Amino acid sequence: MSEDLEFAFSLLLNGASIGLMYALIALGFVLVYKATDAINFAQGEFVMLAGLIVAMLLSFVGMPLIVAVVVTLAVMVGFGFGLERVVLRPLLGRPVVAVIMATIGLAAILRGVGPVVFGSETRALTLPIGDEPIVLGPASLPPIQVVGAVVAITLFLAFSWFFKKSRMGVAMRAVADNQQVAQAMGINVERYFALAWAMAGVVSALGGIVWGSMLGVDVHLALVGLKVFPVVILGGLDSIGGALVGGLIIGIVESLAAGYLDPYVGGGTKDFAPYVLMILVLMIRPYGIFGKRKIERV
Amino acid sequence: MGASAQRADVREGDNQLVVKGVSKRFGGVTAVQDVSLEVPRGSIVSIIGPNGAGKTSLLNMISGFYKPDTGQVILEGQDITQKKPSDVAALGIARTFQNIALFSGLTVLDNLMLGRHVLMKSGVLSSVIYWGMAQKEDIAHREAVEEIIEFLKLQDLRKQPTSALAYGLRKRVELGRALASEPKVLLLDEPMGGMNQDEKEDMARYVLDVNQERGVTVVLIEHDMGVVMDISDRVVVLDRGRGIAVGTPEEVQRNPKVVEAYLGKSKGGGGA
Repeated sequence: MSEDLEFAFSLLLNGASIGLMYALIALGFVLVYKATDAINFAQGEFVMLAGLIVAMLLSFVGMPLIVAVVVTLAVMVGFGFGLERVVLRPLLGRPVVAVIMATIGLAAILRGVGPVVFGSETRALTLPIGDEPIVLGPASLPPIQVVGAVVAITLFLAFSWFFKKSRMGVAMRAVADNQQVAQAMGINVERYFALAWAMAGVVSALGGIVWGSMLGVDVHLALVGLKVFPVVILGGLDSIGGALVGGLIIGIVESLAAGYLDPYVGGGTKDFAPYVLMILVLMIRPYGIFGKRKIERV
Repeated sequence: MGASAQRADVREGDNQLVVKGVSKRFGGVTAVQDVSLEVPRGSIVSIIGPNGAGKTSLLNMISGFYKPDTGQVILEGQDITQKKPSDVAALGIARTFQNIALFSGLTVLDNLMLGRHVLMKSGVLSSVIYWGMAQKEDIAHREAVEEIIEFLKLQDLRKQPTSALAYGLRKRVELGRALASEPKVLLLDEPMGGMNQDEKEDMARYVLDVNQERGVTVVLIEHDMGVVMDISDRVVVLDRGRGIAVGTPEEVQRNPKVVEAYLGKSKGGGGA
């Protein structure tokens, strides 16, 4: 393989693994939007919160990793349930913008309260995976990116199964499809809303662990949430498969921009390339690649 | 199909569902005013009236989607007026919707299985914990659904997404989904609306079978007078939110108020 090809392969592989990690974060967003029509602007802050909790449990409390992960999952599930109950349920039936504003407010609160409670220094979140790059053909990846990619793929498979085969998953799709009719089927819609937020909590917990391990844990961890938007606009706000594909595309575009464009312009294209793509997609296919095209009958 | 008004299994005086003087206003508009309804166990009661008479609003109050401003809805002696739609469904009132309301991304089978949601005991948490139990329960539910599939002749459509089905079939699937919950009372909102004559006759047959073979009490909103007069035990006529007549199909047809409501006298009311 020529050097050029090897370079390209390496960029692709790197981009794909980061992209899967973006998809992981986006999954939390999609789950909530799909079931409840709520746009969660605090997704990045969910991830940050989970990262802060797990880092605290590891460093201060000195829990074994597996216990810390389980506790973090439990806390984030509780957080999701509680949030739905306390903040979002009273907003049911209000204009969508009320929920959006509530999540923006929540994001600010989490960013503010996080450092107050957990301290503002950057904490390392060390997973027992070493830092020896994992060689894949002509390229290699940091182990955390491999872990992140595996976690993402596992979750996607699990949720695909859940929505296709499990009773609760099918009921949740029914709720997403038509809340009124779901109620007529005896489905307790609010309970499924709560479940969706709890699932977002689970996804965010795992996202917080892998992203926190990669970037270190502080308030800036919330910034990964910004990548959610190009990913879900590309894939479709309500499509789980779309989040996966959207994440991959955004990750790869970023990586290619960094590899091929940055040397000419002195860097920085990586950071805005996804948003250029997002705006293009909005102009051409506003419901995303896999999103449901909603036909409004007038 | 002959008039079934004299069927022995309809016991007058044994009212399964009673609506007592319900009213509903939306802003300045009175949709339903002081309407009462008695539905004997095992009967087919039809609600007719010109467009905008308040028929669907009345159905929405029975199924819990609207809370009446005044009045009561009583199912088998229990006041269900203030219950949530999902609780009303759990108590045994199933319904279909005027505009077909299937879950369009889901298959026929999934839609029918969702109809059985009220019968599935495992809640969110317990169904995670008692995984095996839920699996066993699923088989029983699947068998019940299979029986409905056979009854409504939907065998070839199990795995079809409902969005791919023809109009008449979708109406039939919606009936099946309501039946899947094994309801005591079935509310049908224009089950034959938009159908051709053949489809209407099929649907009328199914409704009669549901009532007679399965013993389900039926409350029906329908515009096709031929069907209504054929299959109903009792007909209630609404006009501009008020009940103007009630009785057997024959009685109602002879009622001058009904003729006036339909044909319009001076104000020119809407046609059926």
